[in-house]
Amino acid sequence: MTGVAIVGIGMHPFGRFEDKTVTEMGVEAVRAALGDAGDPEFQAAFCGTAYSGVAAGHKVLGALGRTGTPIVDVEAGCASGGAALMLAAGAIRAGQYDCALVFGIEKMPKGIIRSSFFEPWREEAGLAATPAYFALRAQRLMRESGVTKDLLAQVVVKNRRQGVHNPDAMFRAEVTADEVLASRLVCEPLHLWMLCSPNEGAAAVVLRAAPARDGGGPGVTLAAATLRSHLPGSALHEGTPLSGLADDADIPAPTTLAATAAYEEAGLGPADLDVVECQDTDAARELLSYEELGLCPQGESGEWIAEGVTALGGRLPVNPSGGLLSKGEPLGASALGQVVELTRQLRGGAGPRQVDGARTALGHTVGRGANASVVLLQR
Amino acid sequence: MPGVRPVHEGLFTPEHLIGGRCDACRRHHFPAATTCPYCGSTAVTEVALSDTGTLWAWTAVTAPPPGYRGEVPFGFGVVELPEGLRVITRLGESDLSRLSFGQAMKLDIAPLHEEDDGTAVVTYSFVPSECA
Ligand SMILES: [Zn+2]
Repeated sequence: MTGVAIVGIGMHPFGRFEDKTVTEMGVEAVRAALGDAGDPEFQAAFCGTAYSGVAAGHKVLGALGRTGTPIVDVEAGCASGGAALMLAAGAIRAGQYDCALVFGIEKMPKGIIRSSFFEPWREEAGLAATPAYFALRAQRLMRESGVTKDLLAQVVVKNRRQGVHNPDAMFRAEVTADEVLASRLVCEPLHLWMLCSPNEGAAAVVLRAAPARDGGGPGVTLAAATLRSHLPGSALHEGTPLSGLADDADIPAPTTLAATAAYEEAGLGPADLDVVECQDTDAARELLSYEELGLCPQGESGEWIAEGVTALGGRLPVNPSGGLLSKGEPLGASALGQVVELTRQLRGGAGPRQVDGARTALGHTVGRGANASVVLLQR
Repeated sequence: MPGVRPVHEGLFTPEHLIGGRCDACRRHHFPAATTCPYCGSTAVTEVALSDTGTLWAWTAVTAPPPGYRGEVPFGFGVVELPEGLRVITRLGESDLSRLSFGQAMKLDIAPLHEEDDGTAVVTYSFVPSECA
């Protein structure tokens, strides 16, 4: 079977850029990725975005004079970029294309994200407060996994420390646990600094057909790219239902479904991983991701953060880029931003935040829908 | 004369939440639907759900979310009903020191906000049983 190589990466930094359009940010990221790949001809383009409107991908490629191929905009909430990557990789594996461009762009509204996802009555009743759902998930994690508020703060301290070295991040100053816990209480147990900021940015990758399981070359291989939705049952899954079942112990989370499929597709497991970029919409979400991705056993995510397992220099560094807590979250761009970071890590070009000798990497997003994506990379 | 309007039709009566029970898989769901969200069967019956349950998760919302015109802070959480259902709901208590895991809760149809013509908009919520 045909393999898929990542032959080019490009980023527009994540942050707030008042004087730039989402198209301009996309142009910068795509131009950089195509340049990195040696300016290849691509036969299809996939654009992940949630808030950019109709034919957003066409505007980017139109501005670059690179239209004519199919251009498909993909919306899958926080996993939009992962969904775009899955479609492109699948088409290359099937022999439909030799080379495909995948990019993600976003310019988020400010404040709590207003989504067309909720019916108006849910907003009117106060049942559409996104951070409140995060808080309920955090409270259950604290109860079931021995996580404390101080450990939630430690997640922020870790990611912000790692983000200091990422020029593409929005926040590049270290914070202390005391400062995190002194920031405004949004929804107990979550304080403002434990929540990522919706923002703006773009990321792009170029994929090319490659001999399967190459292994010998210096290039980076896309070993798996999966997308899954939720199974019904959990009251607190990211699809934000109005009810769930009390007996939900055997219902896998969307993240677990995507991860299981990705491990199987790549013939890899959590023990093979050297570096991870995971969804840290809020501090508890990162810890939940450790458990749902199978990085640590159920109930042990608190111990992992306490023992520094996932800090740079630890056994399995998570979010060396600083994560969404440092970068902010431009929905359509966030999954591909992770792929750009992980490709830099596998190429050995991540500078002061390099994970030494990294060969196998996992990227993960999860959010509204529910949508969860998992990407596995190898060199 | 100003009246009372439920925030949405079909969710509750003054006495109980309106849910559904599936004849195929026997699970309950809320809100009531014509198709079971768990197995896809259309053999579902509308039922009155229990007006009491236990508290499973909670927080307080401190800033008004988009589209919300009521007061803050307000309690928000999950109440487990005897039917084996966990319902996402407003809570009539936002002082978190007065809430605990497994606490007995009771349904309360409570005012949300008032419209310009004086109509009171009401919604479902749960309050600690001893206060109801
Ligand atoms: Zn059923």
